[in-house]
Amino acid sequence: MSTVKIPPVLRQAVGGERTVEVTGETVGEVLTNLCDQHPAVGSQILTPDGELHKYVNVYVNDEDARLLQWTDTPVGEGDTLMILPAMAGGER
Amino acid sequence: MSPSYQDLLATAREVIPEVEPSEVAPRVEAGDGPLIIDVRETAEWDQGHLPGAVHIPRGFLESRVAGATSGTDQELLISCASGQRSLLAAKTLADMGYTNVTNLAGGFARWKQNNYPVEVPRILSPAQRSRYSRHVLIPEVGEEGQLKLLDSKALLIGAGGLGSPAAYYLAAAGVGTIGLVDDDEVDESNLQRQIIHTTERVGMNKGESAKEAIRALNPEVQVNVHPFRVNRDNVLDLLEEYDVVVDGADNFPTRYLLADASLMTRTPLVHASILRFEGHASVFNPYDGPCYRCLFPEPPPPDLAPSCGEAGVLGVLCGVMGNVQATEAIKVLLGIGDTLSGRLLIYDALGMTFTELKVRRDPDCPSCGPNADLQLRDYEAWCAGVGSHDHVGATA
Ligand SMILES: [Zn+2]
Repeated sequence: MSTVKIPPVLRQAVGGERTVEVTGETVGEVLTNLCDQHPAVGSQILTPDGELHKYVNVYVNDEDARLLQWTDTPVGEGDTLMILPAMAGGER
Repeated sequence: MSPSYQDLLATAREVIPEVEPSEVAPRVEAGDGPLIIDVRETAEWDQGHLPGAVHIPRGFLESRVAGATSGTDQELLISCASGQRSLLAAKTLADMGYTNVTNLAGGFARWKQNNYPVEVPRILSPAQRSRYSRHVLIPEVGEEGQLKLLDSKALLIGAGGLGSPAAYYLAAAGVGTIGLVDDDEVDESNLQRQIIHTTERVGMNKGESAKEAIRALNPEVQVNVHPFRVNRDNVLDLLEEYDVVVDGADNFPTRYLLADASLMTRTPLVHASILRFEGHASVFNPYDGPCYRCLFPEPPPPDLAPSCGEAGVLGVLCGVMGNVQATEAIKVLLGIGDTLSGRLLIYDALGMTFTELKVRRDPDCPSCGPNADLQLRDYEAWCAGVGSHDHVGATA
């Protein structure tokens, strides 16, 4: 069970929660399970082929998952995944 | 009988060699002279001193000398106004175990009479010393740092949610020149967070409004109002004029434009973005650490990146993040501390947590990588394009 931190723009898609507990042994499994539980998340962060969009960063604890083993990165109890799209604002 | 002043001087002369200005001047000029410690009072030092000298007023000599020297065997030349105070100071240092101490014969007066070069320190005026006294007290800032801030120029993109607190605090801190780029006018709905504006100034250009507030706070600050949008035709000229750029933009085209342009002009970029209860901040030092595109290669589509105007923002969040930016800008300008370069700070106001993520420089970065073809593009079209492609709902 890992903790997934949900960015503000995706919170509505998970019922307003800031964090969600998700099972899975790897980053890929966790994200797949998250999108299964909350299809609205999947429609935002995944391409039609089920790949993560390039504009979505995923961090395992404080490290960019792409610099680890990407979706094969093992995760477990106590690990935190953060889904992080860029934020535009600012507020002129 | 206790020794008289003359006795003390005579005793000191027995152990401290005196050096004539003519003996040491060529070495000072060549940059291989001894470490010169000037023990006069601050008011005397401010009138001028030997080039490269360090100032330790006589009353602080014993407590500060260790911090100014590399060891008790370092070659030291002590100077004062006429060579007497320094002689006694040199004797004290010899008593403290310094083995290579000499005294400047005739002191600064004889040095000056012989027309050897003199350095006159730039100093804060009495009014500045009072205004910035809490900065001057901080060892990492001090008078030297404050003078640096007064000589510095910061450009703020946007005088809105982030720019309001950032500009206000940078002006209070005495950053000498502040540029404000904003084509927008103050609206009543801005006042919930854009604290540099006022109800009376609704309808005024935001840069002009901020300039009024800054003038009231610190009239010494030069404010340049740039009442237009930053675009690829004006961005390089703008950045060239400033030492640091603070990004408080409200849209991706401007953010990616600034990211690329700041690489071209080698201007450090202090980044923050905000939404609802959440803030991001980082520092991007050109070609020294990651850039914005190393972190976010592409912008998300509009529905994943609503503006604060669409999705809302807690007013006070702007204060926190704008002041994180002001803090980082000051550190960049002074060259002190560890900035957020290589780190993304995430502030969650609802949970009251600060999280840090590591940001690495991407060797394949399309902006700062070795094979990057960096040129300013049509960022509006590019952001619209990358944001819309293959964005169709699908689950894993
Ligand atoms: Zn880069």
